[in-house]
Amino acid sequence: MASMTETVTARDEPGTATSASALADRTTEKPRRTRRARQDSAKRARTLLLSTISIAAGIGVWWLLSSIGFKLPSPADVVVRGWELTVDGTLGADLVASLTRVLVGFALGTIVAIPVGFLMGWYAWARGLIEPWIQFFRTIPPLAIIPLAIVLLGIGEEPKILVIFLAAFFACVISTFQGVVNVDRTLINAARVLGTKDAGIFVRVVVPASVPFILVGMRVGLGAAWATLVAAELIAAQQGLGYRMQQAQLYYDLPTIFVGLIVIGVLGLVMDRLLLLAEKKLTGWQERR
Amino acid sequence: MTPNTPTPGSPRISVRNVTRTFDLKGEGFVALDDVSLDVADNEFITVVGPSGCGKSTLMNILAGLDTPTSGEALVDGRPVTGPGPDRGVIFQQYALFPWLTVRKNVEFGLKTAGLSAKERREKAEHFIEMVGLGEFADALPKMLSGGMKQRCAIARAYAVDPSILLMDEPFGALDALTRVTLQEQLLDTWSREKRTVMFITHDVDEAVFLANRVVVMAARPGRIYDVIDVELPGPRTEDLRLSPEFTELRNRVWSAVYHQTPGRRVDATHRSVAPHPTAVA
Repeated sequence: MASMTETVTARDEPGTATSASALADRTTEKPRRTRRARQDSAKRARTLLLSTISIAAGIGVWWLLSSIGFKLPSPADVVVRGWELTVDGTLGADLVASLTRVLVGFALGTIVAIPVGFLMGWYAWARGLIEPWIQFFRTIPPLAIIPLAIVLLGIGEEPKILVIFLAAFFACVISTFQGVVNVDRTLINAARVLGTKDAGIFVRVVVPASVPFILVGMRVGLGAAWATLVAAELIAAQQGLGYRMQQAQLYYDLPTIFVGLIVIGVLGLVMDRLLLLAEKKLTGWQERR
Repeated sequence: MTPNTPTPGSPRISVRNVTRTFDLKGEGFVALDDVSLDVADNEFITVVGPSGCGKSTLMNILAGLDTPTSGEALVDGRPVTGPGPDRGVIFQQYALFPWLTVRKNVEFGLKTAGLSAKERREKAEHFIEMVGLGEFADALPKMLSGGMKQRCAIARAYAVDPSILLMDEPFGALDALTRVTLQEQLLDTWSREKRTVMFITHDVDEAVFLANRVVVMAARPGRIYDVIDVELPGPRTEDLRLSPEFTELRNRVWSAVYHQTPGRRVDATHRSVAPHPTAVA
């Protein structure tokens, strides 16, 4: 969420590397950056080490708990079950089914949310018309829509995708709207005094300045979409990670439930990292504090 | 793109009885009260005054980013109705587009003007070299120091070939050393590429060093308090700052800014530089 509060304005740095010639500027500028880069990589290595230790310790505790008689499958049981499910193709099919739902719902949610968010941020009339509906429906958890979705859309893929769509849409629309509203006035003025008209300002200033906010919204939206997945798959699904765990619950099959949980967690993490990577690529211009 | 050539003798900028009031919590705040000012072609004027004297409001009106409550601002004899590329603006906060490189920032206005990629590149190249940022043409603003950012903003404003440059405390956020350097570079640039400049500042030294004419403003209500002609011999270099002539002018401006007689006002048009008829002075 760091970039949410990141301002787009240029910051003044009085006292740093501002000398007479460009040459002098460069010589004072360079060492500062490389030193910082070195410190950064040392810090990253330490964080990585600590994370690894923490994960290993967590698995150790889990193992210990299962071996002293808690009602938990041991890590080994879970690995074995994971392997079985992979080999017989169940896990793969579930994965494809769940990912398709999440990605379709998320993609639709984002595609609709971005233009709506821009519209609300740019035109006061659009904001006035749309905002009450967004504010109202945003307070309803997407899961509470499930009964309605089943009645209206039946028990196929549509109700599941609708619920995931709603989760992604609301997270992204609010964020995009905030992004447009927060565009630095000075930048808009700078474009205006260079002769740029409204349409040009929108495309060349408002859109790029909002990108960091949109990406934050997409990350939150993806998290929300993923979170509603399992519940959405309670709607008479034939396949999917949520369905698999639901079935396992009926047969008291703890290892399968664990496999499902771990896969959902890892996939969520991978998708979040991918978006984070996109964010770094697309918003590298931001001045980080 | 060529700056309009006004008929000889007629002012490039005319501010005629401009009043601008703001509504602050139900109370009217008079940012500018019946201000009149002329600026000749290629003249470099600085506007100095305490905060709240309306100097930024005056600049915004000329830039077309604000409109007067009454009176009018004319550029080349035509009323200002909105922003335009004939008036370049340089902001205190640099206002560089942070997602664009130095080169793309400088090309921004050229793209608006519809120049081809090749023309844009050539023009941008020239002005980037002019401000000494050649080696940083492909750097993002976040890599630049404050002084370099402002030089980039100056190149961007120059690139669209405005006849007027409006500068709102452009060096206000910089450290004293950088500021002095940029003042000299600005004068150097201006002597090679003459423009009509209106430079807002709260720094008396800066006001005297740069100007052909210093306009001193007063607050409550915002008005022109005095106009001081700066006739300094020779090129303006570091030595000049230590000369007795500079010191004398600086002291005059200083006392006009910091020891103001209540109610005094002048008419800064070319019609007269004598005290306004209604002046209490």
